Amino acid sequence: MAFTLFAIGVLMVPIAVMVAFSFNDPRGRFNYSWNEFSLDAWLDPFGVPELATALGNTLLVAGLAALIATALGTPLALALTRSRLRGKGAANVLVLIPLATPEINFGAALLAFYVATVTVQPWETLIPKGVLFPLGLNTVLIGHVTFCVSFVVITVRARLLGFPSSLEEAALDLGATRWVAFWKVVFPLIRPGILAGGLLAFALSLDDFVVTNFTAGTEAMFPTWLFSLMRRELPPQIDVVGVMIFAISVSAAIAATVMASRNVQVAATAEGEIDRA
Amino acid sequence: MEESDAKPRRQRSRSQRWLVLVLLAPGVIWLAVFFVLPLLQMLSISVSTGSLETGFTGPPEYWDLSNYADLFSRYSSNFRNSIVLGGFATVFVLLIGYPIAYAIATRGGRYKNLLLMLVVAPFFTSYLVRIVSWQTLLGPEGPLLSLLRNVGIASDGFTMLGTPAAVVAGLTYQLIPFAVLPLYSAIERLDPRLVEAAEDLYAGPWRFGYAAGALAGGLLFGGAIALLSRSTPPPTTILVAALAGAALGSLLVGRCMSESFVRVLLPLSAPGIFAATLLTGIPALGDYVNASLLGSPDTQMVGNAIASLFLVQNDYVSAAALSFIGMVVLLVAVAWYTRAVGAKRVLEDAV
Repeated sequence: MAFTLFAIGVLMVPIAVMVAFSFNDPRGRFNYSWNEFSLDAWLDPFGVPELATALGNTLLVAGLAALIATALGTPLALALTRSRLRGKGAANVLVLIPLATPEINFGAALLAFYVATVTVQPWETLIPKGVLFPLGLNTVLIGHVTFCVSFVVITVRARLLGFPSSLEEAALDLGATRWVAFWKVVFPLIRPGILAGGLLAFALSLDDFVVTNFTAGTEAMFPTWLFSLMRRELPPQIDVVGVMIFAISVSAAIAATVMASRNVQVAATAEGEIDRA
Repeated sequence: MEESDAKPRRQRSRSQRWLVLVLLAPGVIWLAVFFVLPLLQMLSISVSTGSLETGFTGPPEYWDLSNYADLFSRYSSNFRNSIVLGGFATVFVLLIGYPIAYAIATRGGRYKNLLLMLVVAPFFTSYLVRIVSWQTLLGPEGPLLSLLRNVGIASDGFTMLGTPAAVVAGLTYQLIPFAVLPLYSAIERLDPRLVEAAEDLYAGPWRFGYAAGALAGGLLFGGAIALLSRSTPPPTTILVAALAGAALGSLLVGRCMSESFVRVLLPLSAPGIFAATLLTGIPALGDYVNASLLGSPDTQMVGNAIASLFLVQNDYVSAAALSFIGMVVLLVAVAWYTRAVGAKRVLEDAV
């Protein structure tokens, strides 16, 4: 236990450095060495050209990617757990392979594909120029949705495997249509899983550097914009934004945990009532 | 009675099949178009000729395997770095992650979730901002070196940033939660009474603990000093490091690992170790951001070469070939590892 607490302490050190250096007034253009305490960066958090645009783009893509990936992944998880269809194995592999592919290979392949839509037949005629190339927010979004879908599927599936299918069968036997059985029984039970999957997708998209780097082109996304900025300067505002993202993510995670545990209690009482009935 | 019952049921199963297809279709089509198709396209470009300006000519009219011919010799140091740096990072992550996960799972009590949250918390900020923090921390004027200089351990010329060790440290840090979470869920599932049962059956301290610990510690420390220094150190330094590692390893393993742990809990948590190895190994071997921001031109990994061919040199044909080779090497390694562990079902369990 002592080792664990020590290790957690060490894990926190870079975060402490980030918080401390957001209050630094650096001597040169690079915020790498401590000079003196200052609130300047916090009073003007977006005072670096393009920072607000890049952060806005990143948040927009993360939000949309989470929504689309959840919309695609949840039905996929339902179909993969609750059916005995032939070809399910193939669909399973299709979901798992993106998890075993290094991001760089996927990002590179996606870039090659986007480039191919303007240079290789038959794509040249099939896909009009401007849809997938030149690169932009839409191409980043496609990449993020693609690697997020698998994570949503496994999160929702873990939740679906957590309760027996007899609950929805009971509803069907009692005369509910599939639609009603889904919305009244299954959906409330898997809602925490869907929420967790969506949040995970949001966090993964927000955090992603590699796929973004390959698919953003000249569009300013926070991580790739920062990567090129770091060669010229490193203003303390970067740490301020880092602290903001940290605070927002931690509160979102706490909220999700609280909501999930409340839902588990609701589900447990529902299950108890069904048992009694 | 039976007849009237059979008909609706058949209808129900048919409508259910439609429903399943409707549920599957959007996700499957999306993954086929934006995941499988790009990978096939990359494979096709890797045997094509041409450039972004002229367009590509590829299969079926044109095949050119020569792009693959000299990849290994051209990028041998990149492959070596990926394997050495990624490999060390994976080993360190497991060595650090296992005790953390073990302690939280067995002794966390009602603070389990809080402790897990604390392990994951540092990763709630942006990936690149975390690397910037590491740069600050390890930098020539950063807090760590200032401290070491003041205490007198480090000389003025001593640097940490730009060494292979810095890349491994950064990678290890980034990947710890990917190991702790699967290890925790594997260990937490185990029944603590198994240990009591083992002890009732005369499980004592592990007899080979001191020897095994010495061997592992010696190899790890010696290897780390030999392979992760900026320039190859003299053999005496490696020997001293190996001996120190052996002493430390034998003390830790001999003291801390009982027979009930080595022969009962450790094998039973193998699914977690398997999942943790894959979840850290794959990103570690494919990484290039840590190598470029914390390392030096000597620490470039395969990922750096792919990124620079694609994004700087615009040499799509070589880039596609290198990326494809890298992926195949990794998939073969994963397949071999899966077979070696004999864990086909483990992967399904873990996810």
